[in-house]
Amino acid sequence: MRKQVRLTIDDRQITAPAGTLIVNAAKQIGIDIPVFCYHPKMEPVGMCRMCLVEVGRPIIDRNTGQPVLEDGQPKIQFGPKLETACTTPVSEGMVVRGMSEKAKAGQNEIVEFLLTSHPLDCPICDKGGECPLQNLTMEHGPGKSRFLYDEKFHLEKRVPLGDLIFLDRERCIQCARCIRFQDEIAGEPVIGFYNRGRATDIVTYTDPGFDSVFSGNTTDICPVGALTTSDFRFGARTWELKSTASVCGQCPVGCNIVFNTRREAKADGRIVIKRVMPRQNEQVNEIWLCDKGRFAYHYTENGARLSRPLVKKNGKLEASSWDEAAAIAGGKLRSADGEVVVLASGRLSNEDLFNLKSLADGLGGKALLYTQMGGGDLTARFGVGAGTNFGEMGAGTTILVAASDLYNEAPVWHLRVKGAAKRGATVIVANGRETKLDAFAKYVVRYAYGDEVETINGLQQKEKIGEAITSAENLVVLFGSDGLGLNGTSNLAAACAELVQGRAGKPNNGLIGVWPKANDQGAWEIGFRPTDDLSSELKGKTVYVVAADPAGDDPQLAAALKEAKFVIAQELFQTATADLADVVLPAQAYTERDGSFTSGERRAQRFYAAVPAFGESQADYAITALVADAAGVELADSAGQVFENLVVTVEAFAGLTYEILAETAEQWPVVGRGDMYYGGTTYENTRGLGAHLVGWGERGETASRPRVQEETELRPKEGQWLAVPVTKLYDQGLTVRSSKLLESHIGAATVTLHPEAAKRLGAGAGELVEISLNGTTAQVSVLLDETVSASVALLPRGMGLPISGPVVAGLKKV
Amino acid sequence: MAHIILRHRDIPELNTLPVYQRNGGFAAFKKAVTGMKPEEVTAVVKNSGLRGRGGAGFPTGMKWGFMDNNNWPHYVVANADESEPGTFKDREIMEGNPFQFLEGVAIASYAVGANAAYVYLRGEFWQVAAFLDQKIEEMEQAGFLGDKLFGTDYSLRIYTHLGAGAYICGEETALLESIEGKRGQPRLRPPFPPSFGLYGKPTVVNNVETLTNVPLILENDADWYKSLGTADSAGVKVFSLSGRVKKPGNYELPFGTTFRELIYTHGGGIIDDRPVKGIMAAGASSSIIVADEKALDTPMDYASVRTLGGDLGSASVIVLDDTIGIDWVVNKTIHFFKHESCGKCTPCREGNYWMQHLTERIHSGQGDASDVELLNSVARQMQGKCLCALGEFATMAVVTGIERFPEDFSVKTRV
Repeated sequence: MRKQVRLTIDDRQITAPAGTLIVNAAKQIGIDIPVFCYHPKMEPVGMCRMCLVEVGRPIIDRNTGQPVLEDGQPKIQFGPKLETACTTPVSEGMVVRGMSEKAKAGQNEIVEFLLTSHPLDCPICDKGGECPLQNLTMEHGPGKSRFLYDEKFHLEKRVPLGDLIFLDRERCIQCARCIRFQDEIAGEPVIGFYNRGRATDIVTYTDPGFDSVFSGNTTDICPVGALTTSDFRFGARTWELKSTASVCGQCPVGCNIVFNTRREAKADGRIVIKRVMPRQNEQVNEIWLCDKGRFAYHYTENGARLSRPLVKKNGKLEASSWDEAAAIAGGKLRSADGEVVVLASGRLSNEDLFNLKSLADGLGGKALLYTQMGGGDLTARFGVGAGTNFGEMGAGTTILVAASDLYNEAPVWHLRVKGAAKRGATVIVANGRETKLDAFAKYVVRYAYGDEVETINGLQQKEKIGEAITSAENLVVLFGSDGLGLNGTSNLAAACAELVQGRAGKPNNGLIGVWPKANDQGAWEIGFRPTDDLSSELKGKTVYVVAADPAGDDPQLAAALKEAKFVIAQELFQTATADLADVVLPAQAYTERDGSFTSGERRAQRFYAAVPAFGESQADYAITALVADAAGVELADSAGQVFENLVVTVEAFAGLTYEILAETAEQWPVVGRGDMYYGGTTYENTRGLGAHLVGWGERGETASRPRVQEETELRPKEGQWLAVPVTKLYDQGLTVRSSKLLESHIGAATVTLHPEAAKRLGAGAGELVEISLNGTTAQVSVLLDETVSASVALLPRGMGLPISGPVVAGLKKV
Repeated sequence: MAHIILRHRDIPELNTLPVYQRNGGFAAFKKAVTGMKPEEVTAVVKNSGLRGRGGAGFPTGMKWGFMDNNNWPHYVVANADESEPGTFKDREIMEGNPFQFLEGVAIASYAVGANAAYVYLRGEFWQVAAFLDQKIEEMEQAGFLGDKLFGTDYSLRIYTHLGAGAYICGEETALLESIEGKRGQPRLRPPFPPSFGLYGKPTVVNNVETLTNVPLILENDADWYKSLGTADSAGVKVFSLSGRVKKPGNYELPFGTTFRELIYTHGGGIIDDRPVKGIMAAGASSSIIVADEKALDTPMDYASVRTLGGDLGSASVIVLDDTIGIDWVVNKTIHFFKHESCGKCTPCREGNYWMQHLTERIHSGQGDASDVELLNSVARQMQGKCLCALGEFATMAVVTGIERFPEDFSVKTRV
């Protein structure tokens, strides 16, 4: 621990670790020193000069080294100048005056300077009501302007830095928080200053502009209304907004969010979501979000949503009542005599999945997880222990990222792992190609696709990497599905589990699956399992498909569904699977209901209903209860009751309650209160930090050694290619495609080839080639990447081609 | 007296290697590398009383002694940004006496254990940079730069680096940022360059003129140098004289020479023999000194000039006569600082923009007394709050101009 020093701030005596900045020492005892450029998550720069305070230090006698005393007290010498509290560390005996006449005058004068060139257009500014400059002007600003209005420096007010972020150049106070965030935290320095003096401008360096998946965060920490999102720009006044706590449903990180809602005239008086804001959870997402999480929510309000139950009559789906649809679906399930398959995805909540699993069990059927990634049984056993926090990892911790492109698969983990690396953690990236995390890794291990398991098994034999793994105080292994399907990931998970199995249950140690869906971990914990031959499982069965679109993803699965005995589809949209169904049940989006997700770190977190349901849709768990009732299985139909049943049935959830998930604790830095100038407009967490599932070790069980299966080798013949699936953050998935804001980020289907290989094919960058795999042929445009091997073709998932795992493919020039 | 810095004025073609060598060139560097320990070199410079010629007047040897010896490598950077209006000495030194300057760089590098040194020149000095590159190459060929110099283990290379036209890059930390390829904006200090400098490594940043003193100090010893100048300010200084004088130019004189001697004996007096009104001793960054008899007889050294409410700075003496309105001077300097403010800190960025509007209004006769009052208030409001000295310096002419020449502001303004 750092040495503690004693000091006085505004007549209050405190102790703080040496080196603490005055502004933070003050914050810890509830004293707010105003800042604009300082942000507790970034290095201090002392640019805006807002935090000027008087700083006095004890006079030390040169001969004795002791403080000079005056009336028995150390004599304090104040400097002639005010000092910036954001750059000055505390020292023993220091006296800080932040409220003195001199300090206040200094702060007021800085506000006056800032206002000389600020347009003062608060009445039309999106930041109004939550604006640090506005708030500090109320406190420090002069009542009257000494600056002639006609001499204001006018600049462009509508500058799109990218398609998601707009800059108002007049409002910018050049604090560089956005630039520093992109550089220091996101690791994507895509924006910067141009020109100098009063003409200093924020510009983007990239084409397309502001090319970063973390861009939305800059609008939260912008202390003025200079940066706004195209989503919320002129969308509402902040004081009209209500807030509902939620959890992002886009990936397994489980970022804590807030939905800001209001009743809106142009939505016929309905309550609608106006924006997504981060909600502080230092153990999960700190105060950050990725742009997918911030902007993809629009899919929930897409008018094409299913609003009524549908039943197939005379070969056509027709609107029906809940009673009729449930009776038909339930009746078919009951009469299926156990030949029932419940196929669900990790997009569903713990409650939904638990009811579905209970239904499957009650009917003697199977509960299958619709996924391309295995290993959840191992993360359930060897997952990271309670108290795990990437934000505290640093020297002594080793983080292995295996076959995962974190930037695309789970952006906030990318950010957090990068942060740990900066604090001294040893990051090892093992992948078949270059990923963005490579730049921050200490060791990069490159393998040929297919050699994943062998590579992970061999890591401990490598001199430095082996040492970093075996002698690490803490070891976290994240594995993903970059280039791998169900079999490959299952084997990879087993290999990774071997590295951590002795450490299971300890905080900051264990295995994390970088799942394709937010609640895949929960699905595994509850007992859903994937199958490597889904087609066979579907044929001839009564199939209940929930939150999955196998028919839309893969023609072979569509064919299998056509051969099913009876198909019930429960969805938000009329998917290809719903087209094939006999009964279609409209589900509520997770913004419309209560529930909980289990993150990849095995943290169960609650979300709450923010807006009313779309049409007649119902919550998935409630629909299942309704259907189950008709099938003769009794299930709870409120989220709270389902969760109570879940915790007594599934051991990993033992002891948890909704109340426990809703508990909060003091977090540092303090954000989201009255002083938005300090942390930004991120919301304080008042509705729950969530709780870890019970660990394997805590359950008193001993871990068995994971078994590695034989992988069938894929060897492309001459003229063939090994097509390898990779994950793209903005794909054609339901939640992105249906959110019009992100449409332009999806792009066309592509294939990534080595430049030499592309040359052999006679295709250049951007040119079209024809690819044939899994019985499908499609045209895709060529991207070049020198880090992929010559016979490999990288194909992004979810871009229209049925590729769940690596497969031999044919390529030819169009 | 023979020149020490501007020796090329006494010795023709001193900027060629053979002539420089014939005149004792590189003897001091060789002596240092082959016969002295680095700390002995630093001690000599410390004892000589040499102070930085860039403006701040910080003791050079002491600066070298601050280098953090637990953090390597070390760098030496020569500040050849020379962008203070009224300063034009470094260019003459680099063009006329380049080897003595480069030898100074080399000796400083040896003293602090640097194996790489950079000469940072303002962008407009591209011809000077090309000229220095040529001289550096000649030195390499002659064995004065490169590996294992004079048969020892000491190696040194010198590189030139051009700025891109920003006054702020004369500020040492902005200069370092610029070399690193970043925006030329000052860093927070502390830490200072001797502990955290170029690429985060201990770095000595010295002005061209400062370094050019070093070879002769080493050759002739510290006491010789101390015998020149005054007790407060040892040695000689190149005064860049400009403004309303008959013979503007660079004059190398011992510290302690009076303003009167500089202006009248060397500068030939004032154009049309008019009276001197004010003196800006440190270029545009100056307080304006009222040029009364007492001021004219004040010796030019750091301490004495301070008694006049001014600063010697880089000794770029701009002379103002009674044809010059101080409101015009103030307007000029503020235009300059507004243009050159880097924009990093609020008071400088906003204050200079504001002051420019006010000085423009006052000078053009559109202002009134309240504008003068406001100008003064804005300037004082900037003082003590800026991130670096630029913003502080910008206020000097404003505050002292209004205070010391009130008539120039009241005449123009309509009450």
